[in-house]
Amino acid sequence: MIQVQNLTHRYGDRVALSHVSFEVKKGEIFGLLGPNGGGKSTLFRILSTMMTPTEGEAILAGFDVQRRPAEVRRHVGVVFQTQSLDKALTVDENLRAQGHLHGLSGAVLGERMEKAMDQLGLADRRKDLVETLSGGLRRRVEIAKALLHRPQILLMDEASTGLDPSARRDLSRHVETLRDTQGVTILLTTHILEEAGRCDRLVLLHQGSIVAEGSPAELRSRIGGDVVVLESSDSENLGRRIGERFGVRPTARDGHVRVEISNGHRFIAEVVEAFPGSIDSVALHKPTLEDVFVKETGASIE
Amino acid sequence: MSSFFLPAATLWQRELVRFWRQKSRVLGVVASPLVFWLLIGYGSNDLARFYSGALVLTVMFSAIFSTISIIEDRREGFLLSMLVSPAPRTAMVLGKILGAATLAWLQGLIFLAFAPLAGVSIGLWELVPVVASIFLISFTLTGLGFVIAWRMNSTSGFHAIMNLLLVPMWMVSGSLFPMATAHGWVRGVMWVNPLTYSISLLNHTLRLPNASPGEMESVVVTAVFGLVLLIASGMLAAQKATRSAA
Repeated sequence: MIQVQNLTHRYGDRVALSHVSFEVKKGEIFGLLGPNGGGKSTLFRILSTMMTPTEGEAILAGFDVQRRPAEVRRHVGVVFQTQSLDKALTVDENLRAQGHLHGLSGAVLGERMEKAMDQLGLADRRKDLVETLSGGLRRRVEIAKALLHRPQILLMDEASTGLDPSARRDLSRHVETLRDTQGVTILLTTHILEEAGRCDRLVLLHQGSIVAEGSPAELRSRIGGDVVVLESSDSENLGRRIGERFGVRPTARDGHVRVEISNGHRFIAEVVEAFPGSIDSVALHKPTLEDVFVKETGASIE
Repeated sequence: MSSFFLPAATLWQRELVRFWRQKSRVLGVVASPLVFWLLIGYGSNDLARFYSGALVLTVMFSAIFSTISIIEDRREGFLLSMLVSPAPRTAMVLGKILGAATLAWLQGLIFLAFAPLAGVSIGLWELVPVVASIFLISFTLTGLGFVIAWRMNSTSGFHAIMNLLLVPMWMVSGSLFPMATAHGWVRGVMWVNPLTYSISLLNHTLRLPNASPGEMESVVVTAVFGLVLLIASGMLAAQKATRSAA
């Protein structure tokens, strides 16, 4: 459904995207996970036909974004990170205007508006001005708006920014329903681990390049066993000494030493005994996507 | 056809609905030229002389306020979704300009209600060319605003242009002193200033003094200027972005 080949984009001298390639299958929720400034927004702008890339190609629903942008726009719905609603208009009026932009009108448009509002639980707010809606509701109006022309693909840029955790989960559920009931293919960008964890597949983007690709479970399984994080005032030194003593490769940063190891509980007992006094706190957890990102890049997502 | 006119019409309508819901904007736009006009006009005991200039200023303020919204609207607003819709950019330009021009025109008409104070007394039928002229001027000034706003990244940049270009342009358009009495090079500037022709067009149709250049010339120059700006707006908006558009 989406093919991205060797996509590169430069703003002047600054490389924002470097030879990015991936493929998204029909009916998948596909995530682009990475820190802000990692290239997600640039990639999003190219896929949504707002910007032409320096090199490479992107094909959505069978159409090239550079050669056939109008066709791409017909088959793709876009939800922006910033608001694209008119706050002075009601939910109804916003949707109607959007329908008109896609050449829809009359009974057909009315029907689609009903359906979209039903799907996203907006029916009872249709007469309300957008400026009176909560952040979570506004995001849902944005999605309803993006769905009016029945796109095969939905692109969402940091759609959950500014939402509280419950509104975010609510949004994820709506997106999953879209995939399940209508087979919509969804590509979303995020820097929120929980949201990325709900994707079918994802790529990790760092400094404009893909550093890892797979399902959340596959990515997590790249880290064998457990992750142990030790807090220490002299983390660099502690990290080095742990490496020498246990034959592991810890990463030390900002007062934390992170060790990937199987049987973490046994390691904890040994390490605390080996370096009494130099460890302030100890934590053990199963690998997260953040751990994968740290392992691949040495940097943190958030 | 509907894929062109429907998007244009919906944008036009949006401008009107938004405006209707923020009625205080009318006051802001009409009030300052009105105060301006009354102060200068009473002070110099010549309300007639400054009337057309003040009316054009009203229209200009309205046109500028409407087009300034393009800058914000594109980064965070309704224009974003226009940019990724299959609606042609030219439809978007036409809808936006016509919508903003209609608002400017309506506010010009409010200002027209004060014409009797300027000693204007014309028949009902003679109002038709006046009303038409105000629309033409509104359209032209909105086009000018669009061309300036489209490439701008910040509203503060627009304010600078307004103070350095638009207000001086208005000052040397016959709004404050007629071209006939202008000194030296300023006279040349007035002759090439398209706004000069807007002011004289109003003076002609309202039967006010200082109606020069000629009526036909004034209509043609104003209309051609408006058309050129409309085409320029369309071309600007159709350009592809390689930098960040939003």
